[in-house]
Amino acid sequence: MNSQVLADFLANELEAQKVNAVRERRVAAEIPVAKLTEAIEALKEKGLNKISAITGLDLGDGFEVIYHLCNDEGVLLSLKTFLPRENPSVPSVTDLFPGVFLYERELIDLLGIEVEGTPHGRRYPLPDDWPEGEYPLRKDWKGLSKE
Amino acid sequence: MARIKVPIGPQHPALKEPESFNLVLEGERIIDAEVKLGYNHRGIEKACESRNITQCIYLIERICGICSHSHSTTFVQAVEEIAGVEPPPRALYIRTIIAELERIHSHLLWLGVAGHEVGFDTLFMYSWRDRETVMDLLALITGNRINYGMNKVGGVRRDIDSEQARLILESIDLLTERTEYYIKVAVNESTLKVRLAGVGKLPRETALSLGAVGPTVRASGIPRDIRKDDPYAAYDQVDFNVITNEYADVFGRTLVRIYELLESYQIIRALIQNLPDGPIAVKAPRKIPAGEAVSRYEAPRGENIHYVRTNGSEFPERVKVRAPTLANLASIREMLKGGFLADFPIVIAAIDPCFSCADRMIRLSGDGKDALWDWERLRNYSIDWYKLRGIDFSNR
Repeated sequence: MNSQVLADFLANELEAQKVNAVRERRVAAEIPVAKLTEAIEALKEKGLNKISAITGLDLGDGFEVIYHLCNDEGVLLSLKTFLPRENPSVPSVTDLFPGVFLYERELIDLLGIEVEGTPHGRRYPLPDDWPEGEYPLRKDWKGLSKE
Repeated sequence: MARIKVPIGPQHPALKEPESFNLVLEGERIIDAEVKLGYNHRGIEKACESRNITQCIYLIERICGICSHSHSTTFVQAVEEIAGVEPPPRALYIRTIIAELERIHSHLLWLGVAGHEVGFDTLFMYSWRDRETVMDLLALITGNRINYGMNKVGGVRRDIDSEQARLILESIDLLTERTEYYIKVAVNESTLKVRLAGVGKLPRETALSLGAVGPTVRASGIPRDIRKDDPYAAYDQVDFNVITNEYADVFGRTLVRIYELLESYQIIRALIQNLPDGPIAVKAPRKIPAGEAVSRYEAPRGENIHYVRTNGSEFPERVKVRAPTLANLASIREMLKGGFLADFPIVIAAIDPCFSCADRMIRLSGDGKDALWDWERLRNYSIDWYKLRGIDFSNR
């Protein structure tokens, strides 16, 4: 599936918004968080068999999470979803891609985004005794207070 | 048989970098493994947000001491895409040459470490001696053995002259001869094969579902290589093979890396012989417009991916790095399960882990009054640390 076919699939079948075949082998699209799992499952069936990375961003009034999915033909899709500032939460995609649990841990530790259903385990990447409620990648985080 | 939990790391003779494993053993067999990372977390992604693009290149180059060029190239590629800057062909060729020299140095380093982990120290001495050849080349071209500082937005910072090109070709000939010898050793030396075959199994389907990358996935029979799948720099200008095999174990990963060396030599020869004339860089704007890009790169350990978003100011809005080791960690558990405790070091070594890369992101120090810990305090700290993990050393 090349970028154009993928873009059409996203727009017509998954009703994704702002579908954009940015350049050869790069596609970007937006999807509401409620339809995320469903969309990723459908994309997996279409050959996007790997999540290469998950990026979390602090937008100020909310958060953005980008799933970078790719197929064997070198096409990479950045599937974006937006979350509110209060109680941000995304569903875990570890049922579909069990290898991504560490990427989801980064969202939890660094941005304070809840990932529903991600397997329990030791925290990553921050130390075990890192204080509660301190999320370094949030834009308003200015370092730990010196107690 | 009773199950025992054995902690290995974060500091342990079998590990080259800090990471911690809790192994559940039944006799000598590993039943399960739990991995804890983050000891090298330095806050680099956050630090990038308060540095300008040029400063970021140098910071990002220092994510890893081995694949430094990998990280800086991945980053500048993303910035170039956002800014719409196209580096001249000669720059792309030089980037690719450095990339392959880096792969050679990394794979030879790995071969030595692998030899050492299985008690084959002759192989370690030989391959590290040969690695000096390529380290000298890198120092000759870039001025540094590591952290080459070759990349800038719009091209590269140093050219390769004809004398350097001649030396590269000469060294590549020598390394080819040495690598052919290593292939002979790997294929014919029965002790090496017996030691490595069947160790750290990662079946094809498991490798696929866990999203393994690099030589690890290729040794499970999957031809995944960003250089071919999503070509960047000058990789669409050269002919080379993606090395795979079906062993799906440490022996297979060893063969993939050794044969990949030969492909790298071929790539470098072709690039040097066809090195286009012209400038080595174009002028890039000081301020990068707002935008975003995802850049991928086949580092020696596998797919390296950076996501960069800019906001029109000097500083990037967000820089996200996913280094290859992080993608391979999920597979480690599967490789260890069912194996022997004695195989632990080589199984870990076989993904060629780089935890500096994986953690990349500091424990902020206080005012320094707690900087000095005496022995008793350290001892108690470690006892408590292990207690939290269900292991009690307090009365031993």
